[in-house]
Amino acid sequence: MTDERDERIMQPQNPVGFVGYGAYIPRYRLPAKEVARIWKGGAAGTPIDEKAVAGLDEDVITMSIEAARNALARAAINAADIRAVWVGSESHPYSVKPTSTVVAEAIGATPHTLAADWEFACKAGTEAVQAAIGFTGSGMAKYALAIGMDTAQGRPGDPLEYTAGAGGAAYILGPADESLAAVEGSYSYTTDTPDFWRRADEKYPSHGERFTGEPAYFHHITSSAQELMDALGAKPADYRFVVFHQPNTKFPQRVGKILGFTPEQLEVGLLVPRIGNVYAGSALVGLTAVLDIAEPGDRVLLVSYGSGAGSDAMSMLVTDRILESREVAPRTEDYINRRTEIDYATYSRFRGKLSK
Amino acid sequence: MMSKNNNKSMDDVFIIGVGMTPVGEHWDRSLRELALEAMTAARDETGAMRPEALYVANMLAPALSRQSHLGALLADFSGMRGIEAVAIDAAGASGGMALRQAYLALASGMVNTAMVVGVEKTTERVTAEVEAALITSSDADYESIHGVTQTALAAMLMRRYIFEYNVPEHAFAGFSITAHANGAKNSNAMFRRPIKLDTYTRAAMVSDPINMFDAAPVADGAAAIFLARGDILPSNLPFPPVRIEASAAAISAVAVHDRPNPISFSSAEITAQGALDRAEINKDQIDFFEVHDRFSVFAALALEAAGFAAPGEGWKLAESGAIALDGQIPICTFGGSKARGDTGGATGVYQAVEAALQLQGRAGEIQVANARLGLIQSLGGTGATAATHIFSAVETL
Repeated sequence: MTDERDERIMQPQNPVGFVGYGAYIPRYRLPAKEVARIWKGGAAGTPIDEKAVAGLDEDVITMSIEAARNALARAAINAADIRAVWVGSESHPYSVKPTSTVVAEAIGATPHTLAADWEFACKAGTEAVQAAIGFTGSGMAKYALAIGMDTAQGRPGDPLEYTAGAGGAAYILGPADESLAAVEGSYSYTTDTPDFWRRADEKYPSHGERFTGEPAYFHHITSSAQELMDALGAKPADYRFVVFHQPNTKFPQRVGKILGFTPEQLEVGLLVPRIGNVYAGSALVGLTAVLDIAEPGDRVLLVSYGSGAGSDAMSMLVTDRILESREVAPRTEDYINRRTEIDYATYSRFRGKLSK
Repeated sequence: MMSKNNNKSMDDVFIIGVGMTPVGEHWDRSLRELALEAMTAARDETGAMRPEALYVANMLAPALSRQSHLGALLADFSGMRGIEAVAIDAAGASGGMALRQAYLALASGMVNTAMVVGVEKTTERVTAEVEAALITSSDADYESIHGVTQTALAAMLMRRYIFEYNVPEHAFAGFSITAHANGAKNSNAMFRRPIKLDTYTRAAMVSDPINMFDAAPVADGAAAIFLARGDILPSNLPFPPVRIEASAAAISAVAVHDRPNPISFSSAEITAQGALDRAEINKDQIDFFEVHDRFSVFAALALEAAGFAAPGEGWKLAESGAIALDGQIPICTFGGSKARGDTGGATGVYQAVEAALQLQGRAGEIQVANARLGLIQSLGGTGATAATHIFSAVETL
């Protein structure tokens, strides 16, 4: 950490960290070539191999509960000590009625808790983490639960349908000395950039095609990652792992190269080829895959991206506690390997593609 | 009439300043900002002269930017209130037609100085909306009503061409390869990588038989030229002026199916021949030809229309290398629409700027050796409008 405090960088009064983490990825997989088969006569190139699809009885609430239970198991704390349950998603089952109250009730965090749903496209989850860092770092709460989870929407035949997947992760923020990864500092970069949106009552999102690249994803991620590293006096080689928001396979690979990271630093957290873009859960579930194998002393950089647009960057240092905690709940890889392939017709039924 | 002694005459029309922006996706720049950059660059080469008239070439602003009345808008925005200004629309030939309007005004003696600016801003909208705007240049009642796009119309032309002339597979590859080879050396080009034959042969199909490398990208950009009559040329110009030797324009049937022979661009033929006649030269004296290669088959048809190849043999000039910078008839010397990028109604002005740079010896790595006479052709729709000009280098003043 730098001695001289950079006003733009966020570092809480009390050191905090991740005291528990948990992934959840539904079991169904739709191969991208299935989408190409239906919509492009099989002739289209595919941005990923396959995406995870939520089952008929799953939604952001049930999936958040699964991930939260895994995070609780690793944190080994009493759920009643959690003072905030925040769920970031663009697939909240209700427009009005919180996802987070149901999650809080299900895990036993009620009634002495804040609960709210967050929305910032694909960075709603890391936004909730930023808030949880502040809430716990200020001393107002000992523990806060932040979740990024999605069952993402893609209009049938749209390029997004290849990648719009389901999954996410939950994190419990708390005192750094209890953490399995201590937060070194974080930063958020935000502008009014309308690259992707879904208006109220619309079933599927719209996007600005290539506008989603340079002025949106790449500009925001490079800006936030560079700003944070500069303020911390860190460089890419200081990190063993880096995780970016991953809407497809190419974007994170390219942004990593632009910033000076190697493919090896990205590899572990790059899940998009196998589970798709899980939107608000995308970067966060990449981080659970990293924590599953990280060693004490490893530094990890997490950089999300949310359309509209913004990017959260977080730098963390893995502690000794990682070794004891990670075995007590399913690993990310366990969920990825729990795989049932479905065809486009089954996918259409599961995702309500034929209903209005 | 070509001036045999290469000296200026009072009634001749000269290009004395040129400017252009890079072609590409200018997400963060507006229509007027792009135009201003090109206009300012062109004026700077004249010592910041103020033109008496401004001719704006554009085809998509009303549909994509909800902005018409570009003559007044751009004259105002560039600080030239009081001059006369008008926008010219002839679809993809707007640039060539705007240049022709300026030429007519100057040659008539009614106007002494004029500026032509071509500008297009396509990234205001997503592709489907741009496609819908582009097809308005075809016959709405009889062509676009069927849902056809510009690419689909060109694909039908190309298919017919291949059928009629029994053209071998990948015959058009040379147009794309040459364009990219030249575009790679043009710092204002959208695509700056040379391609190989297998890049072309492996390219995805857009509208069979037109693949990704047969079709030019539609992009943002602005180009401007400053013109003046011979009798008021400033004496201290930093670059030699370029003379406009001839100007010709013609139309053919808008709908492709209304043409007696769809695989011949009669408008291109009439204007190429007309321009050569007016300049009193023959085609073999032309040192380079800026064709409007919106699609590779258009380049073949333009070469045939101007007499550089017999009907059905335009593609052979691409295959043999005759269209390369050191070939018999170099085309698309700055990359053409394929590699520089097609800026809709502004394309004809880019072509004029590029031709002027060639004739002034300012083309750098893509300089055509000893370029004295250049042919420039701007096409609108599926070749319905053609505007063709001949520029010449001026030895001494």
